Amino acid sequence: MIDNALPLLAIAVPLAGALLIGLFGRWPNLRELVTVLTSVSLLGVVVQLIEPVLAPDFWTTSWLQPAYEAVQVLPGVPLAFKVEPLGLIYALIASSLWILNSLYSVGYMRGNREAHQTRFYICFAVAIAAVMGIAFAGNIFTLFIFYEALSLSTYPLVSHKGTPEAVKSARIYLGILVGTSVGLFLPAIIATYFFTGTLAFQPGGVFQAALADGTLTGPVLGLLFVLYMYGIGKAALMPMHRWLPAAMVAPTPVSALLHAVAVVKAGVFSVVKVVLYVFGSASLVGAAQGEWLIYVAGATILIASAIALFQDNLKRRLAYSTVSQLSYITLAASLLSPYGFMAAALHIAAHAFGKITLFFAAGSIYTAAHKTKVSELDGIGRKMPWTMAAFTIGALSMIGVPPTAGFISKWYLLQGAWETGYVFVVVVVTLSTLLNASYFLPIVYRAFFKAPADDHGHHDHGHHDHGHHAHGHDHAHHGDHHADHHADHGEAPLPIVVALTCTAAGTIILFFFPDLALGLAEQIRRGLP
Amino acid sequence: MLEIQAHLPVLVVVVPLIGGVLTSLMGRGALPWAWATLVTGATFALTLRLMATLLASGAPHISYEVGNWPRWWGIEYRVDLLNAFILLVVAGVGFITTIYAKESVADEIPRDRHNLFYTVWVLAICGLLGITVTGDAFNVYVLLEISSLTVYALIAMGKDRNRKALTASLRYLILGSVGASFILLGIGYLMMVTGTLNMEDMREQLLRTPDLDHHRTVLVAFAFLLVGLSLKMALYPLHMWLPKAYTYAPSAVTALLAATATKVAVYMSFRFLFGIFGPEFSFQRLPSHLILLAGACLGVVFSSLSAIRQQSVKRLLAYSSVGQIAYIVAGFSLANENGVAASIIHIFNHAVTKGGMFMAVGAVALRVGGTDLKHMRGLGRRMPLTMAALTVGGLGLVGFPLTAGFISKWYLIKGALDAGMWGLIAIVLLGSILALVYVWKIIEAVYFHEPEDPRARDATEAPIMMLVPMWTLIGLSLYFGVDANFTSDTALRAAKSLLGGAP
Repeated sequence: MIDNALPLLAIAVPLAGALLIGLFGRWPNLRELVTVLTSVSLLGVVVQLIEPVLAPDFWTTSWLQPAYEAVQVLPGVPLAFKVEPLGLIYALIASSLWILNSLYSVGYMRGNREAHQTRFYICFAVAIAAVMGIAFAGNIFTLFIFYEALSLSTYPLVSHKGTPEAVKSARIYLGILVGTSVGLFLPAIIATYFFTGTLAFQPGGVFQAALADGTLTGPVLGLLFVLYMYGIGKAALMPMHRWLPAAMVAPTPVSALLHAVAVVKAGVFSVVKVVLYVFGSASLVGAAQGEWLIYVAGATILIASAIALFQDNLKRRLAYSTVSQLSYITLAASLLSPYGFMAAALHIAAHAFGKITLFFAAGSIYTAAHKTKVSELDGIGRKMPWTMAAFTIGALSMIGVPPTAGFISKWYLLQGAWETGYVFVVVVVTLSTLLNASYFLPIVYRAFFKAPADDHGHHDHGHHDHGHHAHGHDHAHHGDHHADHHADHGEAPLPIVVALTCTAAGTIILFFFPDLALGLAEQIRRGLP
Repeated sequence: MLEIQAHLPVLVVVVPLIGGVLTSLMGRGALPWAWATLVTGATFALTLRLMATLLASGAPHISYEVGNWPRWWGIEYRVDLLNAFILLVVAGVGFITTIYAKESVADEIPRDRHNLFYTVWVLAICGLLGITVTGDAFNVYVLLEISSLTVYALIAMGKDRNRKALTASLRYLILGSVGASFILLGIGYLMMVTGTLNMEDMREQLLRTPDLDHHRTVLVAFAFLLVGLSLKMALYPLHMWLPKAYTYAPSAVTALLAATATKVAVYMSFRFLFGIFGPEFSFQRLPSHLILLAGACLGVVFSSLSAIRQQSVKRLLAYSSVGQIAYIVAGFSLANENGVAASIIHIFNHAVTKGGMFMAVGAVALRVGGTDLKHMRGLGRRMPLTMAALTVGGLGLVGFPLTAGFISKWYLIKGALDAGMWGLIAIVLLGSILALVYVWKIIEAVYFHEPEDPRARDATEAPIMMLVPMWTLIGLSLYFGVDANFTSDTALRAAKSLLGGAP
């Protein structure tokens, strides 16, 4: 049995953390301690849910309990919470990676002397609270509320630098995310309520009665499906993906946890959840709707990978890789087969560990060497062995090479493709594997096997020196510090290295010990009608 | 006590009427304000009592014949669930804005005119309440004139800050008078046909009139009323008086007007279109819903686009009001239960949201001395509570879930689905996105910019006498966004009775 009120605690913990962070804003060490402690206690809360969800009789006992209703907003539309395996996977990933990310943030924000650090940590904690709300939402309405809360709370993080470019990108970010959710997602939700009278999640979907008695026809169901898939802009299905590269102006810890894990996974998580528990495979197959999603997701995978190939900015390359990887999850779900759903769930986990490692590495390079471009990375693997080793592991996971987590999810995805007989999917997966390899491996090659381009480095060095002299005497020390970095930088600060080593290790551990992830994915499969 | 109970419907008008006139004798100090607060507070208590009496009686309406004259000779005041609810909103917001007015008026209006200001103020509230409570068509016109004339005067009082208040007031006076005379003409023609001024009798007589669709007098009356009411509601494109009036009026007046004046005009439309003519005549046999819907859709889009272009926050919110009124009009012109309910809910939701927001803007006027976006920059740290109110209200305008604005949109979209109007849904959602753009302009200025105005740099939080009323309204908009059972239930019941044709 599950205590369905436990999710409230999972939301309250980071919110309380945000409050404390605000109170201790003046004392950075205390503030950072609070962040780390909050993230640890959040994981403590979420972990308690594992055992009951894995229980073999979950679907016949715990699931049948009524959802925990916090408040009845409209007649028949409560703010409700309910725990299920897919949500638990998402919550577990977000809360465990938040711990490492907090550690990393400390190193990064201090190493780069970022301003407004208190605001940064507060918004981060609020965003995590929103993530918990999404993960444990008991109906689409609740999910939508926290989805919007996540968009709003991450805006200050994206526009963090406050430069005109950052503000512009943040506006694109918010505009697309809120625009799609209010313009498409919300009407889909209201129409769902209109046709079915319920917004609750049910294995097998909620539309079958309406389809059977003729109030809802196949084409309208198809339209709703389009509204949902494009309304959930966070899943970055093309052409709604532009916000994700735009969000890369944010400080790297934000890109790492939010735009590789929490926010984008909120998108694909919602997609999978809607496909599984609102539509259900039977309704979609029965009404012959939804097959388009396979092709759109497949196209997104290939096009985004192709774009990534030509990005010189490392973070932008990673962003397009994320767009492509997210569509793996959408693609897996759109197969509407048991293995497809398992692949979707597993890839949420696998991609999270791999991509956060890659972003951590990118931020590490930026902190230590102030480099942002792929073309500047020649020979950097010798100076930053830990960072680049972790990067390599992350890259291998993206490509799907054993022994990394990416292999497992790809395996299940291909099984789903065979199960349903879509040759198109097999072709897409093969091609995209090749593309992934061709935009990640050159980076690894550059880092380890090419000699550093000295000329370039000297030029850069001189330029910076000049800049700092202009600042006058006070900054002389600061200037030296920077010059040091460029002349002969080593590894990034310790918290950064520790964090990225842990996530890289996680990527491998997930391959050798996938029991928990597989167990939860298996539990999703068992819930299918 | 029993005596008061029986006379409640007339007391909600008589108390502010006499109280308002007495305000002019209160001299110069804080006394006029204190008296006005007392009067509006007592009126609010009366409307609460009235609502309680109505609910307790279980009857569909309470009828009160003024001076005991039978209703076909004299004036009947008639209270049902719908206008009891509107009375509650008008009197409640009137009371709360009166409290708020103290600091703002002390700052914006010269001391020697305070007694006159509060006199006109209370009379304006009296007029609005009167329009709402009366069941007599001519009485509607009289009280409409009371409220209009007093409102022109209130707007003109903004002249000490900006002389443009005078032209704004004049513009409203001209357009408002045109609207009022159209309404008068419409009522006159209706009387010609029906031989009565009582709304209930009018309805009965019209039902008996043969061949109503081709009855020219009735059609002309309908046309005059529709245009006159649209002008008073500020339905696009007859909204031209509103932005200037809201921009240059004293801050407290803007808050009061935005929350009540156009809402009462909407209520009048309910009474005439649904009550007297009946929904079937107004919306099925005549294509007025198409005219109203067209105005509403254009209003949502174009006024929101105008709002986006503004640099003055007051003017931005004024244009936003035009758009929000368009939602209200769109709702009732669907003429189905969910749509009408959406209108009624939004009357309340928008009243508290926009009222609260204009209060926040008024607080900025007090502390910084201007209400342009450039004055608002960086106030997020300096006036956190005021700016939080403005932000929460703004999210309500967008219709974010857990704010009252979401509930209105929910019912509006349900109404549009019932009517099969997918196009309207698209407009509503486009409106939300445009609203996000103009609200975000404010939020960015407030939280993500450094102050440039020297007064903004050392601004302090608004005085408590402003914060409490402001947060009362914003708090209500949050409360009824989280638990909308009371508003939605009342609105659905009122909508049912309106569509049943009860006046």
